[in-house]
Amino acid sequence: MDREKILKKYEPTRENLLYILHDIQNSKDEKYLSEDDLVAVSKYLKVSRSEVMGVATFYTMFSVKKRGHHIVRVCVSPPCQLMGSDTVFNYLKKTLGVKEGETTDDNMFTLETSSCLGVCAVAPAMMVDDDMYGNLTPEKIDEIITKYREKKNG
Amino acid sequence: MAKIYNLLLCAGASCISSGGYSFRDKLVEELKKHKLEGMVNIVETGCVGICELGPVVIVYPDGVFYKKLKPEDAKDIVEEHLLKGRVVQRLLYKEKDSEKIVQQATQIPFFQKQLKIVLRNCGIIDPESLEEYIGKDGYSALAKVLTEMSPEDVIKEIKDSGLRGRGGAGFPTGLKWELVRNSKGDEKYVVCNADEGDPGAFMDRSVLEGDPFSVIEAMTIAGYAVGAKQGYVYVRAEYPLAIKRLKSAIKKAYEENLLGKNIFGKGLDFDLEIRVGAGAFVCGEETALMHSIEGQRGTPSPKPPFPADKGLFGKPTLINNVETYANICQIILKGSKWFSSIGTEKSKGTKVFALAGEINNTGLVEVPMGTTLREMVYEIGGGLPNNKKFKAAQIGGPSGGCIPAEFIDTPLDYESVKKLGTIIGSGGLIIMSEDTCMVDLAKYFLEFTQDESCGKCPPCRIGTKKMLEILDRISKGRAKQEELDLLIHLGEQICKTSLCGLGQTAPNPVLSTIRYFKDEYLEHINEKKCRAGICFKKKK
Repeated sequence: MDREKILKKYEPTRENLLYILHDIQNSKDEKYLSEDDLVAVSKYLKVSRSEVMGVATFYTMFSVKKRGHHIVRVCVSPPCQLMGSDTVFNYLKKTLGVKEGETTDDNMFTLETSSCLGVCAVAPAMMVDDDMYGNLTPEKIDEIITKYREKKNG
Repeated sequence: MAKIYNLLLCAGASCISSGGYSFRDKLVEELKKHKLEGMVNIVETGCVGICELGPVVIVYPDGVFYKKLKPEDAKDIVEEHLLKGRVVQRLLYKEKDSEKIVQQATQIPFFQKQLKIVLRNCGIIDPESLEEYIGKDGYSALAKVLTEMSPEDVIKEIKDSGLRGRGGAGFPTGLKWELVRNSKGDEKYVVCNADEGDPGAFMDRSVLEGDPFSVIEAMTIAGYAVGAKQGYVYVRAEYPLAIKRLKSAIKKAYEENLLGKNIFGKGLDFDLEIRVGAGAFVCGEETALMHSIEGQRGTPSPKPPFPADKGLFGKPTLINNVETYANICQIILKGSKWFSSIGTEKSKGTKVFALAGEINNTGLVEVPMGTTLREMVYEIGGGLPNNKKFKAAQIGGPSGGCIPAEFIDTPLDYESVKKLGTIIGSGGLIIMSEDTCMVDLAKYFLEFTQDESCGKCPPCRIGTKKMLEILDRISKGRAKQEELDLLIHLGEQICKTSLCGLGQTAPNPVLSTIRYFKDEYLEHINEKKCRAGICFKKKK
């Protein structure tokens, strides 16, 4: 959906700002909010650009920098730490060849952390976009990453 | 095959994340292969609670409980159990010590000790089916309220029940409702706080995923009681499944005129909307949450004014968390006397705890208030893996503190836990063995709150950073002993001077671990020794 259509879906009131930012960000391959997006939202809602920028940079799930097609969020909460999320995180960094916050060369994945995904009973856990994965091991991670790569190629 | 089977498949986020849907797909395929689709009903339920054993399925009418299912197990369940009536032994639950095989879910010790009020429908009904919810007494509470009770009656009933807020602070719920009702203004709001961000707590997610109608019904009752026509549920964006199910439930409620104008033809108007967060822990704080609903940055405001006087859009607002609302309909139906007969003198009803960390049975557990930590760890939790020794439990997440082994017989209720310098909080219970370093644990929690601090007030923004620096030096053996006193002093000041609950409780994990495990801190400082063998190995 293009940006204008997304905007038109919502009444131009301030309380729809978070919804609009989520929708625009999700509609883009690079999963981010561009300068243009923020200006368009600001005009539509009649809210100043700095206010829109303020909201877009306050919440960790919004990004004003380009990201990959899939956002990988590793849970680094204490319950996950107790169950070995450090190993999981390091393995992901190695496998994807990126550091935290970076995007893979093929623009497939951006590696991020989450303070808690709320599936502590199956720690360590991670989320890829909207899908949750628990009881992670290096083998499981390989499987998951391969699945996403294959989906793209096939 | 004369009888018809119902297969209750747990479709909570935990079971799905361990492959629940791959199993389901295979199951559907097997049923088709044997032309059994018409005879077998697959019900995707909310969280059954025993996440450690997931994915799980319960086969009715037999009540047989199958655990840790892999896609390839679907074939056996269909061909053996459904076709031939033979229970698949290898997929049953085994008691840890006795190796005794348990066939029925109700016989598993994990479930036996529990009393489910909040989680009564989770794992039993299809969360997106209004019919099934109504089949479990759904909407009889609202019907009773609208036909027999005045708003004052409702508030009195909640007050008499002794229910206290389950989000952390434990404020009496009925009193809160009364304050909002008495607050002047035509426009009022009812808000549900589903921004469950505490590491280690996931009961609110489970309620929304497993029984969303119970929250919708309770909020409608609240709207009637306090005089509000508009409600909001604020859900964190990390819970897409909860959002999806809640959305679907709200839509169905509107279709049946259980939301909207003139509900039940009784003249009650109540609209309900979902607002989704975007990854900010501080939005669990009520004033920050309301700012976020308004489309602002989610930073807190000083209280007073309290939300009951000046909340969302500057109007009187009732704000409770998911678990609190999930109690309401049962209180209305069964009465305040029944509810207040459960629990302890000052802590009534049940509490849902999320068991995680080093414990055999992880998952969600609902027990009467006052159940001891020992019962939680050894009877319900099944002890620690590999018979490790219990060292402490972190209760209440990053706002709480620890309960060390010597206090394992403490009843878990608001007062008893407070005496130990911690809080029940949202009910996260992380079990730790001797392999956990308490300095390291405190550091994790402080890293968390420091990272999540919104930066508005200096004690929280700068104070937690300074505390973390000291902790870091301690964990690396570079601190002086005086710094431990400074750490305590800083912590106490931050508790007293921070703007909101996040800052006021952020030092708790540090202060609490120093209180009970000071010798470990001193060992790190003086002997550069970490008895759990964690700190000096790390290359951080």
